[in-house]
Amino acid sequence: MLIKPYGDTLDDGKVQLSFTLPIPNDDKGAAAAIILAGKMGLSDPQVVHRKTLSEGFTFYVVYGSVAHVVNYAEIHVQSVEGDVMTMDEVSDYIRENICRKIVVIGASTGTDAHTVGIDAIMNMKGFAGHYGLERYEMIEAHNLGSQVPNEEFVKKAKELEADVLLVSQTVTQKDIHITNLTELVELLEAERMREKVILICGGARITHELAKELGYDAGFGAGRYSEDVASFAVREMVHRGL
Amino acid sequence: MKLNLCKETIAQARKYAKSISQHTQDYIDLHTTVAVERTICRLLGIDGVNEIDIPLPNIVVDHLVENQLLSTGVALLIGNAAKTLDFQPQEIAERISDGRLNLTQVPLNNLYDAKKTAFTYAEKSVSKIKENRSHRKSLIEKYGEKSGPYIYVIVATGNIYEDVTQAVAAVEQGADIIAVIRTTGQSLLDFVPYGATTQGFGGTYATQENFRIMRAALDEAGAKAGRYIRLCNYASGLCMPEIAAIGALERLDVMLNDALYGILFRDINMKRTIIDQYFSRVINGFAGIIINTGEDNYLTTADAVEEAHTVLTSQFLNEQFALMTGLPEEQMGLGHAFEISPDVKNGFLYELAQAQMAREIFPHAPLKYMPPTKFMTGDIFMGAVQNALFNAVSIMTDQKIHLLGMLTEAIHTPFMSDRALAIENAQYIFNTMEGLGDEIIFKEDGIIQSRAKVVLDKACALLAQIDKSKLFATLEQGTFAGIKRCPDRGKGLDGVVLKSEGYFNPFIELMQRGENNAN
Repeated sequence: MLIKPYGDTLDDGKVQLSFTLPIPNDDKGAAAAIILAGKMGLSDPQVVHRKTLSEGFTFYVVYGSVAHVVNYAEIHVQSVEGDVMTMDEVSDYIRENICRKIVVIGASTGTDAHTVGIDAIMNMKGFAGHYGLERYEMIEAHNLGSQVPNEEFVKKAKELEADVLLVSQTVTQKDIHITNLTELVELLEAERMREKVILICGGARITHELAKELGYDAGFGAGRYSEDVASFAVREMVHRGL
Repeated sequence: MKLNLCKETIAQARKYAKSISQHTQDYIDLHTTVAVERTICRLLGIDGVNEIDIPLPNIVVDHLVENQLLSTGVALLIGNAAKTLDFQPQEIAERISDGRLNLTQVPLNNLYDAKKTAFTYAEKSVSKIKENRSHRKSLIEKYGEKSGPYIYVIVATGNIYEDVTQAVAAVEQGADIIAVIRTTGQSLLDFVPYGATTQGFGGTYATQENFRIMRAALDEAGAKAGRYIRLCNYASGLCMPEIAAIGALERLDVMLNDALYGILFRDINMKRTIIDQYFSRVINGFAGIIINTGEDNYLTTADAVEEAHTVLTSQFLNEQFALMTGLPEEQMGLGHAFEISPDVKNGFLYELAQAQMAREIFPHAPLKYMPPTKFMTGDIFMGAVQNALFNAVSIMTDQKIHLLGMLTEAIHTPFMSDRALAIENAQYIFNTMEGLGDEIIFKEDGIIQSRAKVVLDKACALLAQIDKSKLFATLEQGTFAGIKRCPDRGKGLDGVVLKSEGYFNPFIELMQRGENNAN
């Protein structure tokens, strides 16, 4: 099955994009924007709007039709498997299969000061109508907040005998989150703790595939809630016999 | 007054807040911190770093700590050494750094002379700050003060020179305030880095040289645009007063500075923060710097509908803590934010009520209003609408420091075009709705008036409770932003000491006394 973007007719390939070029706002600049769009694979590109941002910088809004197609049938992605359980189902599952409260600790680690992600998953109130892990009957949840150094995080994990470790990375620049996430895995391995815990990372830039690559058990990106994380974690605990 | 708020409740809330801050002030007056003493070093003229980039103010203060002299205060010791040995404070610092001088071995001959010498050096930077203040005033007179909200945008490239490019572009687009976001983690550094910097994550190091570079660029861009462009940075974290001092020396105009923020959101020890914030506000007040308080942050973790009263409570507290330092109302950028979930029915009315309430309760404060962040999703088209509603509240309720929302919030630090689109959005709404606020009145006992009343009543009740159990205990209970902090934990506690008899800080006197005649 070959697919293309849809504007208002199947296979018209219509896309919209906007970008800034470091050039003055004139006809030559608009021509440059069109040539660039052509090189991006757009046929019949049109600059529908251009605006001076600053001396020597111009903003363009461009529409065009994509020449490329994607073979949808051939795509394979790695995503977290298994049905998502509700909060109560997770609690029941823990009671039946693990027979004790499980300990989950979470933090925004390294220099990341943003708690939005970890709060959405862990705080009592949760996010967008999805209660956080603190409200789960069979989960003892510890939200350590932001800017928690990896060493400190590992220390806490040991102290609280955590079963599940959640790491959030929200805003990142120049891929610092990769370095930071990798460092945590190395620390856990050095402490011989990696096999004893479920290690999960989350954040807007995180995909399950990236998480696996970095040595995590799972990764959750935008639009995932506490149920997604909890369902995976408890099944994985049982699966690994923790 | 559109909200018909109960004047007695407002007066009562203020009374509680004043009592809380007075009680806390009694604690502050007995203590000093390493950050306060380093600030005094800087204001006495000590600057620069040693061969491994340790700032000389740190070297001097560490020297005091090692010799159990911190409680005496650096001003007296430097004044005495300067008088006795006939060195400048900078030379004294360099000699301590080289190991050629040990302050314990300088005899204290004459207390009066030591203090007098310290005052002589102190007055130099005090008059420099005064000059900055009058220079700012003359520039604002020359260009004319802007009516309506100041358009406030951030730059955050990590590289001060790239920041300048972005800031100048933003000024050309219409920005009135440029804030240089700090690199993540700087708030937890117990020193101020030195020199121009080009590497940071999510922001740029706050250094005196970076301040100078941006100040010069904004003065130049402002001259071109015919506007005074205000520069903003962060007097917060473990170096709160030090950054206030270098900001004052480099004519910054606005500084993030909250009495409680570091305690709650950076896990900085509460004793340390409360002492540091005092001196930082004395400096900001004297320098004519508008402080921005951080109440908006509460709503990023706590619910904006349920916890709205904690925002107002904190505004009352920040007001009283600021008055305690001599910082006038006209410099109090009390903070709040547009953070109610888009799903809440009549959420816009609640936002309007909260913003109007802050306006009526703090009539002289240049209120700082923060844009939606928590419910920005990456859907940039929806984001533009959320920002438009935020802009509408701001112009209808006469907010002053208006931090623009970026449609790419939660995706990346702003592109140049993100900022331009945000400015365009705000300018359109500020223009097309300019007189709307004056035209409308709120229905008596309608949704908006009733909402404001509930929030005020709850804030007053909470202040009564804090007054009873005192501030430190309240912070232990998780009242603000749902975060609990303990007085004997948190970063920076080891930098707090009890002042010994004869301790003195010349700047408290010079700046609190001089505040009015500098005006």
